[in-house]
Amino acid sequence: MSSAVESITRTLRSLIRDPMGLLGLALVVMFLLMALLAPVIAPYDPIKISVQNKFLEPGMSHWLGTDQLGRDTLSRIIYGSRTALSIALTATGMAGICGLLLGLVAGFGPRWLDSILVLLFDSVSSLPMIMFALAVITVLGPGTATLILVIVLISIPGYARLIRAQTLTLKNSDFVMAERSLGASPARIILVHLLPNVVGPLVIVLSMDIPVVIMLEAGLSYLNLGVRPPTASWGNILYDGYTALRSTPTLVISAGAPLVLATLGFTFLGEGLRDALDPKLQLRSLR
Amino acid sequence: MLNYAIKRILLAVLILFVVMLAMYAMVFLVPGDPASIALGPRATPELKRLLIERMGLDQPVLAQVYNFFRNALTGDLGFDVWSKRPVLQEIAEAFPYTLLLGLVSLAWALILGISLGCAAVIYRGSVMDRMLGILSVSMISVPSFVVAIYALLIFAVWLRWLPAIGAGEAGDPWSQFKAILMPAFAVGISWVGYLARMVRASMLEVMGANHIRTARAFGLPERRVVFKYALRIAIIPTISIIAVGLGSILSSAVFVETVFSRPGIGTLVTSAVLKRNYPVVMGTVLVMTAFYLMVVTMADLLIARLDPRVRDVLRS
Repeated sequence: MSSAVESITRTLRSLIRDPMGLLGLALVVMFLLMALLAPVIAPYDPIKISVQNKFLEPGMSHWLGTDQLGRDTLSRIIYGSRTALSIALTATGMAGICGLLLGLVAGFGPRWLDSILVLLFDSVSSLPMIMFALAVITVLGPGTATLILVIVLISIPGYARLIRAQTLTLKNSDFVMAERSLGASPARIILVHLLPNVVGPLVIVLSMDIPVVIMLEAGLSYLNLGVRPPTASWGNILYDGYTALRSTPTLVISAGAPLVLATLGFTFLGEGLRDALDPKLQLRSLR
Repeated sequence: MLNYAIKRILLAVLILFVVMLAMYAMVFLVPGDPASIALGPRATPELKRLLIERMGLDQPVLAQVYNFFRNALTGDLGFDVWSKRPVLQEIAEAFPYTLLLGLVSLAWALILGISLGCAAVIYRGSVMDRMLGILSVSMISVPSFVVAIYALLIFAVWLRWLPAIGAGEAGDPWSQFKAILMPAFAVGISWVGYLARMVRASMLEVMGANHIRTARAFGLPERRVVFKYALRIAIIPTISIIAVGLGSILSSAVFVETVFSRPGIGTLVTSAVLKRNYPVVMGTVLVMTAFYLMVVTMADLLIARLDPRVRDVLRS
């Protein structure tokens, strides 16, 4: 256990030494705190409508002004970080677990199952991502649950292929052969020997995909196909701002900035993590 | 090579088949029948029956699947539920706009991205290299539709230099050129960063090769070594990246077209999704997937021809 703690502190230390990684870490921590403490730091209720206060300019009472329904923009942006992060973390987490399981099954299971799974992975990943997302949304109707499902379905093949490739290499390595000749069960080989070895690269890829997912959530919400209003999402705020672009540009400016900063922060952190954990590893992210 | 080509094309066809089957199954997996979902809660029974008949939903499932495939193969993708026009015709009208946007975006991204990548290699290890690295990562991670909205705000609303919406007047190249500037900027920007990184990485790999050392030993200037000898080899992996990246160009285009209300596949499909216009959504997804598969397969075959190393692997 102490070696795990040691390796984590070592990773953190090399992350902080890299200015880009440090900036990424700082931004991510800031957004995490913003999401966790949203009810405490947000000055107003993000969905409370007050029509007489609509389209207020930024001022002392509303630092970033208000939108077309008189809702406080700053509070909506703070709550928007909650929406963005909770969807991104849930979706990548679920996709990671499914990809891990399917990849292990494909890599360790019988050949015919492997072929079927690989064909399925290839089929899903050969769809243009946005077309697949739109097809699923049409059938299921827009909403947070659909959004998460879409992200999970899109991301699984990439993770599963990564895990499968790793599993195939490890399966024929000497230490697994030795273990097998000693009579270890497949379950023991998978849990004790394969799992710890394949999780590392997966974590790096997952962390690099979080900004992509945040972008997708905001983009689809902007198109009215993601998170449903009145829930605050950066994409929804951007859409509200877009319709009032000529009169109240503050809305667009203040919703775009956190989105850009969040994707930048997570990207820098992901890059930093990759360099810190394994400099040799060249992994492709979701895009 | 021929064997590889045949195998690759058959795989693409098989994948397209699976995709079509999955898409067709998806409509039946959801609760509620597609006709009432498409029509909404206020539909009259007569209207519903009419649509069910037109969509062929009253026939046995196997017959429906057969019809779906037969029609799709003959280019009949059904009719737009609202405008009653053939889906294929609507796609054919929208596609050139998206294709043009994609090509223009890719063109400027290629020129700038490859130049930046080469610059990073020439000045490798220096502050310049690091700055370019940070710049590339930043460009990659900025969402295209935010770039589009900010550009719209600055250049169309504040400065009034460029038109805010549309694709320009028909038959007026200058207005079309002005209309594509911002969309192409927004779609291409992440590709500049992406290409710069790719070119830098694959170039650094090539720079260790023997023929580069020989070129240097002959006293050629570094610029010449990079542009004349290293770039030729380093560019090959970029081809496959561009082909695979077509999917991400398409998603940027969908968002960016909506921001600028520019006609194209993106505006066609998003408005269809919002109106639950099934035939248009499914038709567009099918055509774009087929197009994407075709490009990726062609890129793979092209690489196999261009890169002797891949060719050798295939032969053995």
